[in-house]
Amino acid sequence: MSGRHLAEVQPDSFAFTEASTKDVDFWLAKYPQERKRSAVIPMLWIAQKQEGWVSVPAMERIAEQLDMAYIRVLEVATFYTMFNLTPVGEHLIQLCGTTPCMLRGSEALKDVLAERIGPKGATSADGKFTWMEVECLGACCNAPMIQISNAEGDHYFEDLTPESLGQLLDAFQRGETPAAGPQIARQTSAPEGDPITLTDATLFDGSRAKPIQLPNRPAPAAAADDGGDPTPGKPFDSRDNQAAATETPKDKKDA
Amino acid sequence: MLEDKDRIFTNLYGRHDPGLEAARQRGAWNGTADILSCGRDWIIDQVKASGLRGRGGAGFPTGLKWSFMPKEVGARPHYLVVNADESEPGTCKDREMMRHDPHLLIEGCLVASFAMQAHACYIYIRGEYVDERLALEKAIAEAYQAGLVGKNACGSGYDFDIYVHHGAGAYICGEETALLESLEGKKGQPRLKPPFPANAGLYGCPTTVNNVESIAVAPTIIRRGAEWFAGIGRERNTGTKVFCISGHVNKPCNVEEAMSIPLKELIETHCGGVRGGWDNLKAVIPGGSSVPLIPKEICDDQIMDFDSLQKVKSGLGTAAVIVMDKSTDVVRAIARISYFYKHESCGQCTPCREGTGWMWRVLERMARGEAEMSEIDTLLDVAGQVEGHTICALGDAAAWPIQGLIRHFRHEIEDRITSYRASKPHVAAAAVAAE
Repeated sequence: MSGRHLAEVQPDSFAFTEASTKDVDFWLAKYPQERKRSAVIPMLWIAQKQEGWVSVPAMERIAEQLDMAYIRVLEVATFYTMFNLTPVGEHLIQLCGTTPCMLRGSEALKDVLAERIGPKGATSADGKFTWMEVECLGACCNAPMIQISNAEGDHYFEDLTPESLGQLLDAFQRGETPAAGPQIARQTSAPEGDPITLTDATLFDGSRAKPIQLPNRPAPAAAADDGGDPTPGKPFDSRDNQAAATETPKDKKDA
Repeated sequence: MLEDKDRIFTNLYGRHDPGLEAARQRGAWNGTADILSCGRDWIIDQVKASGLRGRGGAGFPTGLKWSFMPKEVGARPHYLVVNADESEPGTCKDREMMRHDPHLLIEGCLVASFAMQAHACYIYIRGEYVDERLALEKAIAEAYQAGLVGKNACGSGYDFDIYVHHGAGAYICGEETALLESLEGKKGQPRLKPPFPANAGLYGCPTTVNNVESIAVAPTIIRRGAEWFAGIGRERNTGTKVFCISGHVNKPCNVEEAMSIPLKELIETHCGGVRGGWDNLKAVIPGGSSVPLIPKEICDDQIMDFDSLQKVKSGLGTAAVIVMDKSTDVVRAIARISYFYKHESCGQCTPCREGTGWMWRVLERMARGEAEMSEIDTLLDVAGQVEGHTICALGDAAAWPIQGLIRHFRHEIEDRITSYRASKPHVAAAAVAAE
């Protein structure tokens, strides 16, 4: 639990935009009406995506909408480290510094960020970048890596070197949107080079979509297949659903 | 090497379309209605017979866990909650399943929920996995559109709703009761057990929390037969497992392999070997940052499963294999893990809140050599006092890597202290008490 404090300068008000309101409604629909405070994290996140950070008026607005005490919203916002309680630069760079990334060179990436942007937590003079060190982002087979959050999205940039990180920063500086994912020739978290697994064509040719007989099917159900009564206690008669369950296999449709 | 035909996650690397039609071609959603027609007890029996043990770290038998749910639905609805808060350092497998094979997970949610009479399922995904969350939402929308979930799911007569929920950067929410607190809109602080979630979980209702992989493999196990899964690996350690190999190997990767595969074979077959060759290996953390490391001598003929790793006082955990070659400063590597636990302690229990910070500060000094020899035993003592004295296992998880370090690399810490003193004779007796 790290120290997290509110910004000294706060805006006078906050309102969800029309697009954000749509998002909020999408999330509120997921929880029972009397449990709507479940939406507090998603709503804080929507507010942050809208403004770049979470302000006091935003938390007050959320508390009101969820019938929560403001302090309960504040408690959540300060507990979860993804909420920026102060404004950040246009591109928020979160560098993973935990051991798997450290073993593969995250320390050298920190040097690049420190040189280009400033000390940990700093925002660059032009307001383009803020960087911070975070704990494991769960992309350890593609270490070292960073996440860049901006108005466009929240993407992982993986398999970095000081050089490729420098090039990424250059690209963002120029206003480009570089492709996310591994920054070396590699498909996601597959081993580099020619694949040695998942090469069997029959996995992908539709043969697995052909109707199957379940092994170990219980005996009474087998009787049902022969036209007998459905198993007592069964929720439905499986015969009605054979068609739904067995899609026609399509040839070689392997997008 | 495990044959491709026995791999469950056939799109692990995203070489193919994750969409519904392509997923069906790969076998997802094949015979789902038929599976449900066999009844709840049969499904649970099949999962039990397969020997599947939870893939989130603890290795508790999945079928048995499912059977703890009340047999009859009372006034309170049942819930399935999928733990997709993948945050254990070294672990990055659920991410690939969710963005590349999401339909296996969604189908698993239906089958598991049906078996436990849950009409609603929440998938709690870590906040940072934004792209993965959107991929999952897309796949769920496809499943609703096709009638596979929702009212009368798969034409089964069973109503089933599935929702994605997200966190916001707290490792502790991977602990199941902290996850439930978080899902209820609170700080992620673990609950005292009992009551267990099967009695009082989400919103006080009977709830089962399972890892993504445990749920996603279930439909394929039932389609292929419990004995197929049980025939891979060895007794009590069955099936296939997605391993995440990171650190000092030539080709770090995720790969689905047979349980009980020798560690050396895993690394040499799939990862191009240890950087600089097997003899350049120093140590391996075999199951994510929480489990104690094992030195090369043990790695040489170690197999990768729950029971065999427990025998060497480590664990399979999430099967996240972190490899460290001879260039590694192992004290610093573990000190960084200690910093992680200090950062992620929720602050609820004193031994963890105070102990994680204390242990980290001492280890940082030890990494520089600025410590007393006697502090090694003090550190071990403190680790032992944190372990087992907290509500959840985060305290244990903070203690174990340190205990492993001292068990196997005590000499390195001692050498560090000795050489620091040799370079600064005047500090020889300066005991630096932990703040």
